[in-house]
Amino acid sequence: MSTFVYDLIGLSAGVCFILALKGLSSPKSARRGNLIGALGATIATVVIFFYAMPEKNGTPTSLPIKNLGWILGAMAVGTLIGVPAAKKVQMTQMPQLVALFNGVGGGAAALVAIVEYLNLGAGATTAEVIATVFTVVVGCVSFSGSIITFMKLQELMTTRPVVFPGGRFVIAGTLVAVLGVSGWVVSALGTTPLLILAGLSLLFGILFVLPVGGADVPIVISLLNAFTGLTVAASGYVLDSTLLIIAGTLVGASGTILTRMMADAMGRSLFGTLFGAFTAKPQEATGAAEERPVRSGSPDDVAILLNYARRVVIVPGFGLAVAQAQHTVRELADLLISKGIDVAYGIHPVAGRMPGHMNVLLAEANVPYEQLAEMDEVNPTFAQTDVAIVIGANDVVNPAAETTPGCPIYGMPILQVSNAANVIFLKRSMRPGFAGIENELLYDPKTMLLFGDAKASLTKVVSALKGL
Amino acid sequence: MEPIAIISIFVLAVFVGFEVVSKVSSTLHTPLMSGANAIHGVILVGAIIVASHSKTNLELGLSVAAIILATINMIGGFVVTDRMLEMFKGKKKEAK
Repeated sequence: MSTFVYDLIGLSAGVCFILALKGLSSPKSARRGNLIGALGATIATVVIFFYAMPEKNGTPTSLPIKNLGWILGAMAVGTLIGVPAAKKVQMTQMPQLVALFNGVGGGAAALVAIVEYLNLGAGATTAEVIATVFTVVVGCVSFSGSIITFMKLQELMTTRPVVFPGGRFVIAGTLVAVLGVSGWVVSALGTTPLLILAGLSLLFGILFVLPVGGADVPIVISLLNAFTGLTVAASGYVLDSTLLIIAGTLVGASGTILTRMMADAMGRSLFGTLFGAFTAKPQEATGAAEERPVRSGSPDDVAILLNYARRVVIVPGFGLAVAQAQHTVRELADLLISKGIDVAYGIHPVAGRMPGHMNVLLAEANVPYEQLAEMDEVNPTFAQTDVAIVIGANDVVNPAAETTPGCPIYGMPILQVSNAANVIFLKRSMRPGFAGIENELLYDPKTMLLFGDAKASLTKVVSALKGL
Repeated sequence: MEPIAIISIFVLAVFVGFEVVSKVSSTLHTPLMSGANAIHGVILVGAIIVASHSKTNLELGLSVAAIILATINMIGGFVVTDRMLEMFKGKKKEAK
């Protein structure tokens, strides 16, 4: 295959990626968009086996490409790991899987750059070495950072910001060391400095993500995703692959925009999230945790309250997903509707663990799309709502976001359930939400709490309601 | 490749990337991130290239690891994105 044909086919794969991102931006074409992306990736991968790409130093190569057995074997192993993981993952755990996939992508880019560096030899131009070093640094940061976000989401570690005394100096120091060693690698060329650089970058990735609070984790995943895209573009430069440059840059640019959109939807300052590592102060565990009276009710109390309501808004949160209560909540909604009660789901943009996560989960339970109301639609209606029933959500209805400057979620738009006549919380315990902040609304006189597993509680409420 | 050609491709791709995702409802943020994530799995192509140029066992070992990771990223990424989007579609079919 001539270089021209190879490049042309690579370009067509690049066009597929553009169409894929375009398609993914609209609900109607999203699935097709993803398939077009997969098509582009398949084209790009298959064609490489039919083109003898000359080596950097000009050595021509021939077909079949060298180490073919190893290459196909490694792809088979990757497929055997990736596909079952993607097929079997619970939809509740999907955000951490995306984080993990992003991390291994970053790791792959870093490894490619390291091998390329070993290969480059003396003939390398400074620009190539800089691009290689960039890929190693950012790829490693993306890898270790994504592993930390995975651990936070999987709750293998605390979801609260991890801040230690002097932490910001350690982080700043690591960053300076990364930059310093980068300069050393570029000027001195050596394998040992490169490995030191990789190690320091991995460390920086960990330190960079540790101070990020649970609520900001999706933004960081999106940012690291954009980072990985840029490393792919830099690899494309070193490897003379137009396709990698196009694909990597597309992901880098669209990922940056997406990160900003997410931050806006959550009312977070992107700058604050990114540089939280440098500005975070150790938080005292300010405990409003002392015993205060709450009003807890029985499933029958809840059923009666619902039975005489005219309008009910259901606010689902991650707890609903954890309890796998999507289907039960739909049963409750159907029952209320059959009694002539107006029912809507109030979906916070970041309900669940990622923007849009709750929509995916409710779609899984066949909840009609028309009943899902976005925050801006549902907020003005709370004043006319008799009962707001909050199921396994906490941070997204916490009035502290509007009233308490300085609290970690201050400024995040919330669902204003406190405007409803009655508020019912279905909770497992008094434990605060993902962001780790106390919710004053729980102590409000118009709030009733129903403790227990969301699914078990809802089942009891449904049967009590049927008996009325 | 000429440096100016590379820079042109890069700059144009940045603008295309900005434009294609400029207006997306928050519902689609997660699938979009996941789809973009799968696209950068195309680093697999780079991993295959360096594997085919490897001369030492160290180089080959590292490239094989890169291929495994990149394949997981790419194939797993597209499959999980498709699963997410399938659910959005499922609600129209009114199956159960």
